[in-house]
Amino acid sequence: MAILQMQRINIYALTKHCKSILEALQRMGVVEIEKLDVSDSIFYREDTGSLQASYKRNAATVKNASEILTSFVKYKKPLLSSLQGRKVLGKEDYYKQAEDYTRILNVAYGIIRDNKKIAESKAKLVALQSRLESLLPWQTLDVPLKSYSTASTTTFVGSFPEKLNLELILTELNSIAPDLSLYDIEIVSVDEHQTCIFAVCANSQAEDFSDALRKIGFILPIFSTSVSPMEAIEDIKEKIIKREKTIDEYKSRIIAQKDMLSSLQFFEDYFIMKAEQYEQVDNLTYSPHTFVMTGYIAQRDAQKLSDYLLKNFDAQVELEDATGEDVPVALSNNKFTEPVEGVLLSYSAPHRKELDPTGIMAIFYYVFFGMMFSDAGYGLVMSLGCAVAVLAFKNMESSLKRSLKMFFWCGISTLFWGLMFGSFFGDAVAVISNTFFGAQPPVIPGITTPIWFNPTEGAGPTKLLMFSFLLGIIHLFAGLLLQAVNYIRNGKWLYAIYDDLSWMLLVGGAVLALLSTEMLASMAGFRLSSVWLTIGGVMALIGAVLILFCSARNRNPFKRLIKGAYNLYGVTSYLSDILSYSRLLALGLATGVVAQVFNQLGSMFGSGVIGVIGFIVVFIIGHALNIGINALGAYVHTNRLQFVEFFGKFYEGGGREFKPYAVNTKYYNIKEDI
Amino acid sequence: MSGLFLAILGAAFATFMAGIGSSIGVGKAGVAAAGVLSEEPSLFSKVLILMLLPATQGIYGLLVAFLTLQAVGVIGEPVGDISVAKGALYLAASLPIAFSGLISAIHQGKCSVAGINTVSKKPDQMGKALIIPAMVETYAILALLISILAINGIKVLAI
Repeated sequence: MAILQMQRINIYALTKHCKSILEALQRMGVVEIEKLDVSDSIFYREDTGSLQASYKRNAATVKNASEILTSFVKYKKPLLSSLQGRKVLGKEDYYKQAEDYTRILNVAYGIIRDNKKIAESKAKLVALQSRLESLLPWQTLDVPLKSYSTASTTTFVGSFPEKLNLELILTELNSIAPDLSLYDIEIVSVDEHQTCIFAVCANSQAEDFSDALRKIGFILPIFSTSVSPMEAIEDIKEKIIKREKTIDEYKSRIIAQKDMLSSLQFFEDYFIMKAEQYEQVDNLTYSPHTFVMTGYIAQRDAQKLSDYLLKNFDAQVELEDATGEDVPVALSNNKFTEPVEGVLLSYSAPHRKELDPTGIMAIFYYVFFGMMFSDAGYGLVMSLGCAVAVLAFKNMESSLKRSLKMFFWCGISTLFWGLMFGSFFGDAVAVISNTFFGAQPPVIPGITTPIWFNPTEGAGPTKLLMFSFLLGIIHLFAGLLLQAVNYIRNGKWLYAIYDDLSWMLLVGGAVLALLSTEMLASMAGFRLSSVWLTIGGVMALIGAVLILFCSARNRNPFKRLIKGAYNLYGVTSYLSDILSYSRLLALGLATGVVAQVFNQLGSMFGSGVIGVIGFIVVFIIGHALNIGINALGAYVHTNRLQFVEFFGKFYEGGGREFKPYAVNTKYYNIKEDI
Repeated sequence: MSGLFLAILGAAFATFMAGIGSSIGVGKAGVAAAGVLSEEPSLFSKVLILMLLPATQGIYGLLVAFLTLQAVGVIGEPVGDISVAKGALYLAASLPIAFSGLISAIHQGKCSVAGINTVSKKPDQMGKALIIPAMVETYAILALLISILAINGIKVLAI
């Protein structure tokens, strides 16, 4: 549990090694490079913006191609693939694969081009199909679909936008233009929405006839054909078949590239890595033959790196202890406490001069999680699941591995509290032996009978409530102690007395005094002798006086007293903080009782074969559900107790997390150890 | 009116009022979650967790109902007649989780919706997005605690 000592690292080397050094640093991932801004007559900076852009463009191209490929080819995804992590690639393999640069890029362009062709063909296909549909009503017409005239007649081809018959049309024409007579109308087709007609009229009456037709809704078709509609339809059908063939051709061309997926993914990673390398180049400063780089490195890695760089690249490395406000923060913890780092970092990285609270937090984290989840069976399932996953998938992402390790320890704690309270899948053993064997359950300490006490029976809840409050007070005091240590480390030991010891005296004294009164004694089940009332009272009084007169830092004595009184009023927040730990009891009971509900439900099918099957089904579904929802609840509320009650007492945070320049890929993990 | 009726009325209150609250809360969060998934299907597990946060009140209600039914002998071992006074006490004991569950689940749902929006824009801020709805749940937990303690106490009263 410590914040690592950071060192400033300056690397001086020849420009010809620049690329290799950057690549090596990226694979090692131990240095955070900072921008070095010196420019004078000798030193200058390089602008690689356009190179970065071209690498990013290439990355996007390859990504696009692999997305297209996955949309056409069904790749089998192994079960639990999300646990698998990235494939590990050695340095040599990496360089070997990278040689294929142009070939794979061409493959990618080819796939994108073919996909574009498919899209174009599909758009044309849609156009052809809609034309086909609009031609279908005309297929019985045996002349081309257009209006033309002879020496004495004019033809009209068009439609009415409603369902009509010949008689109706003729009557309407008659009523509009009774003088017309030299025409003939033929109905080509009728459906719900339109009536298509072909009409011939003498040239002398053509104009009047056209007007009359228009008045009853006649419209010309939006297209015309040079051949008869039937022939046009045949032609379009042929074209459609051809287009479909083309689409299939391009599709099979894409599918033929199905083995290229891993190469495409490799190059997506490769181009992203390259772009990131050039991003770092912007941070360096060059002279005609050398370059300078500056950044931060953890002290434990510093010497190894400088030896490596000297040996391989003749680089000069300068190291000094990092000071100043902007130094990033990296944590180092042991196997037991390290998994909780993620929770701490999700709140905020500690301030550089602060104590890393991970270690103390981890103990409380596991204990609280276990109490809220408190079932031996569930803890066992959780721990086993996490352990198997971590052992089976060696390449798992480190953040996921960290979470699983955390839940492994939470599971162990859950198992412990479950045995303490005698809960194993609720009261599963008792229900099974009562229902199926008609016998009293065997006495197995921890499984059927609690090792400590049963929190659901008799005075159990009150006892556990008191215990929860006790744990809460210890947790809060641990927070105050951490603040005191932080003060003392910075030489402000008086503040430790004013801000921390004072509250411990006040809260601790008040609790002792209350425990010797009738009111709390009946709940706690024991009563301290009345001496403690005096001792506790005096302690609380000293604490209160310290808070009232010393906790405020104002020079003005009047203001100081007012502020001190306000601080003293903060005792109410301690009350609510302590009461907040009652969730340890409530959530613990919730897990246990819901587990019992499912066991009861399962036992309702009786004791026959159907009973056994029913019980197993209800048991599996019910307990899986209970594990899911209550593990979520335990996780969230353990975090809350840490973030609000615990961190509220001392944690400043606001440190900048150490983010070393590293390989930041999706599919491949390319690593180089020093 | 028998005491048993009053006790079961209490169990019913606890179940359906907390259940209504959770339905509304999870429903609201579910709408937001589905919206996020249309853009970012990879966030499924994260938004699912946020969406499920207001589901707990319904379970707390169920829990209190179950304890009540067990205490009056409807399930498990029979306990004999329940006096009207005792039944009324059970009814009263169910009220904290009934009301607190109803209202806290609705408001927790709103916080979950906001958290889902946060996660959709900044998936790495999951920890903080999770803690905010959990603040609201505190009050459902306190109510649950009082309901459980009350039922436990009433069980041994000789009235």
